[in-house]
Amino acid sequence: MELTGSQILLESLKLEGVDTVFGYPGGAVINIYDDLFDSSIAHVLARHEQAAVHAADGYARCTGKVGVVIATSGPGATNTVTGIATAYMDSIPLVIITGQVPTPLIGNDAFQEADICGITRPCTKHNFLIQDIRDLARTLKEAFFIARSGRPGPVLIDLPKDIQVAKSKFNYPEKVDIRGYKPTYSGNSRQIDKAAKLFLEARQPVLYVGGGINLSAANEELLKLAELTRTPVTTTLMAMSAFPQNHELALGMLGMHGTFYANMSVTECDLLIAVGARFDDRVTGRIDSFAKRAKVIHIDIDPTSIRKNVAVDLPIVGDLKDVLGKLHDKLAEQPAEVQKLIEGTTGWRDSIADWKQNHPMFYQPSESIIKPQFVIEKIRELTRDDAIITTEVGQHQMWTAQFFEFRRPRTFLTSGGLGTMGFGLPAALGAQVAFPERQVIDISGDGSFQMNSQELATLVQYRLPVKIAILNNNFLGMVRQWQQMFFNKRYSQTCLELPIDFIKLAEAYGATGLQASKVDEVEKVISQALETPGPVLMEFKVAREENVLPMVPAGKAIHEMVLAS
Amino acid sequence: MRHTISVLVENEFGVLARISGLFSGRGFNIESLCVAPTMEQNISRMTIVTSGDDRILEQINKQLNKLISTIKVIDFTGEDFVERELALIKVTAEAESRAEALRIVDIFRAKVVDVTPKSYTIEITGAPAKINALLELLRPMGIKEIVRSGPVVIGRGPKGVAG
Repeated sequence: MELTGSQILLESLKLEGVDTVFGYPGGAVINIYDDLFDSSIAHVLARHEQAAVHAADGYARCTGKVGVVIATSGPGATNTVTGIATAYMDSIPLVIITGQVPTPLIGNDAFQEADICGITRPCTKHNFLIQDIRDLARTLKEAFFIARSGRPGPVLIDLPKDIQVAKSKFNYPEKVDIRGYKPTYSGNSRQIDKAAKLFLEARQPVLYVGGGINLSAANEELLKLAELTRTPVTTTLMAMSAFPQNHELALGMLGMHGTFYANMSVTECDLLIAVGARFDDRVTGRIDSFAKRAKVIHIDIDPTSIRKNVAVDLPIVGDLKDVLGKLHDKLAEQPAEVQKLIEGTTGWRDSIADWKQNHPMFYQPSESIIKPQFVIEKIRELTRDDAIITTEVGQHQMWTAQFFEFRRPRTFLTSGGLGTMGFGLPAALGAQVAFPERQVIDISGDGSFQMNSQELATLVQYRLPVKIAILNNNFLGMVRQWQQMFFNKRYSQTCLELPIDFIKLAEAYGATGLQASKVDEVEKVISQALETPGPVLMEFKVAREENVLPMVPAGKAIHEMVLAS
Repeated sequence: MRHTISVLVENEFGVLARISGLFSGRGFNIESLCVAPTMEQNISRMTIVTSGDDRILEQINKQLNKLISTIKVIDFTGEDFVERELALIKVTAEAESRAEALRIVDIFRAKVVDVTPKSYTIEITGAPAKINALLELLRPMGIKEIVRSGPVVIGRGPKGVAG
């Protein structure tokens, strides 16, 4: 049977298990949208292609599935670039299908033409330009395989309009075989044995856990390993919900805005077990002072991350679920040795407990002014454990990582690697589409919210009951903090003093708007929002010049934290 | 330190841009780059001369391997190999210098491929060092134009890398 390219696309998506796509139509994809009109595939219409990509990204982060985006050529495609780069930096599996001008017009400066393959080459895991309809089905299968395997990432397919209407026999390949791409999943058993040995010799071990844990869905294996060996666990921003933060072994976040005790533990440890983390500069601070006394075991599925920034004593390339499972089992075979390890590390855990006691996470509480950290604690108190929290970027993002006690996996969706303002609202949208019954809250700032505020329309159209919490300090907070600490309070272009009526804005779209300007209104507003059906925007007028602490200034070692401003 | 890397890649749309974009995006240096098809229809072989310390070289190799289009990376650092490059050199040759130019060409076992009353165009293949030596000798006579291909490299011994 002969199908058009557009039909082949939709049939292939179905065979890949896709039931929802996010997108925005246009001339170069009008044929695809005609086929979508009566397709069983659901389509969520965003109001900007960047938001469509962030929504697919949020959907992928909380389900583990590949997020799918459809956008038109030219400006539609270029609008996706920030979203794609965001997913690329955080290794999120996406397939983005952009329409392209007909093949004979490519390279001719045609209407709404953009060399999106050239533009996204550095920020996609891989991309394809379809030049022959007979390649389409195989390319789609390869795209999904590449997106979700190994270290996941966004894959773009540029599909010219003439190929969308051309006809061909449809044969979805059984298997994919890419000779240049064979990721390693199984960890080398000799390396794992060596790791077990190093572990048993340690006196001050720390598990340093990054976003790879979510991508590998290795939360159980991590928990079992930490509990078997009683090893403290510090998590990066990307892994905050990967390990229960109310666990006694949890150290919280490390790095530039990490907890005192996490940063001290890493500085003083004698064995650093890096799991699915990449020693990013926000984590390491001054790199030649990072974990100086420690032997380093680095477990990651991507060999390029190993030895990129930091010398590694024992590299293990493999899938975390596989390697952590095997490491746990290897240790569990030696109960007497593990017992000795636990006894030998008691002093270490006591030191950490002292650090926790003497330098807990702290903010100055107030009866008269709403503190942003207070709002975040209240949201935690009033929401269920399986609530999904997204954030935008800035101070509120750091406070959420510091003060929101995450307890379940895949409940914290944040743009870590690229740090994209405007991510939170559409990501919350995508998460709510994935889990219509769960509470989804976007914690935002007044600056970030305005980057993709048009998505209020999408929330209302699809009746997605996302609750947005704007911590409004009328500043571009994080930049203001740096200007206060390093530029003599010269607040250049960071005062967002225009008094926006956010409630009116929400109501203009048909959503509910609530506001709290007094401390005793905070709990009332949050409770009311959670009980109100449909999307709700909550504005909290918070203290204007509150700073995120601790802070490791640029160029300093992570133990050189500023604790008070 | 100078390193020569051969990369076997899928001969597909945009692959040259992908590889060179990898180098420029990560701040790796490309001293020279040479690419052509191999015996297999869909595989091209690129020879890249780069420079950097061991840590940078390790990253270059790993990042190249990571690319979906890359089939195999052969790092010739420290290996036994044959390296050859082609150069076409247009040199001023009038009156007295004409004879000297031909003598130098003869010594280097190069060839003259174009003649005019005022110039010779010389073709030479050899290790890059040999080409550099020839250029040094010709420089005083006045070199009008040089076109170099960049080195290609093959390992010594009986084993062949398919592609």
